[in-house]
Amino acid sequence: MKAHVYVWMKPSVLDPQGQTICHALNGLGHQEIASVRQGKYFEIGLSGDLTKETAQATLETLAQDVLANPVIEDYRVEIVD
Amino acid sequence: MKIGVVVFPGSNCDHDAWYAMSHNLGQDVSLLWHDSPSVGGVDAVILPGGFSYGDYLRCGAIAKFSPVITAVKRFAAEGGPVLGICNGFQILVECGLLEGALIRNVGQRFVCKTVSTRVETTDSPFTHLAKQGEVLRLPVAHGEGCFIAEEPVLDRLESEDRVAIRYLENPNGSMRGIAGILNEGRNVLGMMPHPERAADPLMGNTDGLVMLTSLIDFAPNDYAAAGSSAFSKS
Repeated sequence: MKAHVYVWMKPSVLDPQGQTICHALNGLGHQEIASVRQGKYFEIGLSGDLTKETAQATLETLAQDVLANPVIEDYRVEIVD
Repeated sequence: MKIGVVVFPGSNCDHDAWYAMSHNLGQDVSLLWHDSPSVGGVDAVILPGGFSYGDYLRCGAIAKFSPVITAVKRFAAEGGPVLGICNGFQILVECGLLEGALIRNVGQRFVCKTVSTRVETTDSPFTHLAKQGEVLRLPVAHGEGCFIAEEPVLDRLESEDRVAIRYLENPNGSMRGIAGILNEGRNVLGMMPHPERAADPLMGNTDGLVMLTSLIDFAPNDYAAAGSSAFSKS
């Protein structure tokens, strides 16, 4: 089983990396790019005889405790086959 | 005073802290390896600067699960003084001993220079020998030192007199210019500037000494007797 976990800065948190990327894209002539927020993406492989529900619950816990810092970041866990 | 300096894989200011406390200030300093299950009976703990575990994932995110941090949390809960400098501050916010978070500097650059800071409270084991409002010129060297927290958290830090030092020239975009904060018990301080790098006359700046000598002068037995309210305003 595989899972994708997305982690990104909360909307209220300044993302200077995203802003810099946005400016760079504008500088390439793409004035239509209005904003960029940068995040992280994890591809996680799971082994053993797990149900999707168990894997989802485990990864939600790990995202909350490890992969994301809930003070500044939001996350989403997707189980894929 | 017995001082423990924690060493993680990737710490690089551990020796600076050890040198300042032992050579400059004559204290008994031991190094605590990251997988140590205890702090070994020390009177104070320093979490030094560097890049613990390569700063992978987020600064301090892996370090917070190390055995020594479990021991440091226990030590702090008993009222023991803990000073987190730079990466040490990042670890303290990640492991929940301090509020807020430290994110990439506004301006994107790693900032390495000496900045002016102001002592905002003398009501702590780390600043009690300083003068209120004293200006300290301290080195900073970090890429992710922008302190952020929700407005109510910032308001509480201010109203509880827990902003220990503030930048007079903000190098990283930290909210309200915050350079260092205390926990509720006032025995844990996290700060981005490096007092241990301003502790030797050879370096041309000894402004950091007042914080280190405050820590040494602070008597742990008095603190244990008085409990965590020893430094509270009430």
